Amino acid sequence: MLTTIELKCHVGVGPVVSGIALVTDDNFSARYDLDRINGIFSRPQHKLAGQSYVDRIMVFNTAKGGVASAWMLHEMKSRNIAPKAILFNNVNPILAQGAALADMAMCDRFADGDVTRLIYTGDEVTVNPQIGLVTITRR
Amino acid sequence: MKLNPEEQAMLQGELGEPRRWAMEHMMQVGRFFDAEDFVEVTQAHIMADTESLGEAGVAFLERIAARPWHERQVRIPMITDPRGIDFCHYQRLRQTDQMAALEQRTIDAFEAMGILMTNTCINYQTIMPPVRGEHLAFGDTGVVIYCNSVLGAYSNFEGGPSSLAAGLTGRTPRYGLHLDQNRRATRRFRVEHQPQSLSDWGALGGIVGARAGSYWEVPVIEGIESQPGSDEMKHMGAAMASYGSVPLFHVVGVTPEAPTLHAVCDPDSLHPEVVTAADFEAFFARYGGKGEKVDVVVFSAPQLSLLEMQSLAALLDGSKLHPDTSLLAVTSPVVAADARRMGLVERIEASGALVLEGMCFYQSYAREMGEANGWKRLMTNSVKLTNIIGGYGYQPTLSNMENCVASAIAGEIL
Repeated sequence: MLTTIELKCHVGVGPVVSGIALVTDDNFSARYDLDRINGIFSRPQHKLAGQSYVDRIMVFNTAKGGVASAWMLHEMKSRNIAPKAILFNNVNPILAQGAALADMAMCDRFADGDVTRLIYTGDEVTVNPQIGLVTITRR
Repeated sequence: MKLNPEEQAMLQGELGEPRRWAMEHMMQVGRFFDAEDFVEVTQAHIMADTESLGEAGVAFLERIAARPWHERQVRIPMITDPRGIDFCHYQRLRQTDQMAALEQRTIDAFEAMGILMTNTCINYQTIMPPVRGEHLAFGDTGVVIYCNSVLGAYSNFEGGPSSLAAGLTGRTPRYGLHLDQNRRATRRFRVEHQPQSLSDWGALGGIVGARAGSYWEVPVIEGIESQPGSDEMKHMGAAMASYGSVPLFHVVGVTPEAPTLHAVCDPDSLHPEVVTAADFEAFFARYGGKGEKVDVVVFSAPQLSLLEMQSLAALLDGSKLHPDTSLLAVTSPVVAADARRMGLVERIEASGALVLEGMCFYQSYAREMGEANGWKRLMTNSVKLTNIIGGYGYQPTLSNMENCVASAIAGEIL
């Protein structure tokens, strides 16, 4: 049985995309946390260490320091080793700026509460940043 | 967003394609953060090392640099964060010619836009310190948090693309820390253990940053009994920004917006969170390794001030590094020139250490350098570096500068 859930969020940046969710209540920096060559989380302390982020709809609590992430999203996307979208409870300016350059879908500030609890790893998710809507299809 | 006629003209491409792109980019960011209009900025500082730019980012810059001068020239003074290469030493560090070539292309593109290659993350100590109330578009989180907190300037964290957009247009969307209402304290910390060394100040920044944990939180710190200097604030701010993405802090009686606690918050509405000696001990304990072989000792992130270079020279005088341990001291081109003139570089390098200028260790292909040189166990007094470098395959150890130097001489972590 399929269940569809709609989550309202703030208007974001980037195109409409669909994909499979990878969720953590940890935070995110492209500089600190990733092996960007191989497309996996590499910082041993990160809760997703060893997992691939390629083509996933990533869901995090917030963004960490690291201005470089603004360029890195663009660079990752140019090699097609990038997430399809990144969702946060609250994002910092750097990641939003990076998503704008990379034309990567990004949203935050969800009306129904903690997005890291509202979306589950493995959910099918569609992100529409222009109207601030995330749709979950759960089996 | 509300645009004035000049901004409308830039958005419509009347002042060239780079400025049209810049306005469009900033309007996307502005809408994301509910900016109502733009604010004029007086300086821009761009972080754009080639490791993060990659081929795609360098090509992006080159497309702008290829436009006619009147289209590509930045409109306000614009300077650069550390590069990924010190051209005098990259081969010794086992960085590749390919890395150096990409670096040179980036430099050529920046210079074509009229950007000054200052290559520093301590511009507030060495180039043009902002004044209170000055609106800026600064990159490098350590630069932003220092200028906001210690100098009372107004800047958001500007990633490279947004810094460039600000440089091309002379403005940035008015959101976040450009608005006074977002500069009030939201978290209150009471220090019960006084930081002594620069790594202690960094640890305090790391502890507070990790607890605050968001760009949108502003910590205020009470209980500091000593007078911190610029290097102490530098290490604390860089660590706080690194651990928590925090762009602004207040220290009661020290930073300009917080002459009193009441000036930045209603004390009755903010319960103080205590930072104890045990918190410091636990923080340092996370980055242990005592007795293990140390491969490389790094002083970087932020770049060393002239006073830190002097301290390092004094600690190394008359000593030789262990043959299996490297020591890198990374500073800005301005400080390096002064330190060379004053004999500090010669004294540091007489030990076998290497002084690097205009770069930053973690922005310099740290993973590839580590693999090429066999560096795994890294020791530093930089809390910011300990937070970052684990993701590049290193095992970091945190200690003060004295113990880092003694360990580099002994070849093991003391």
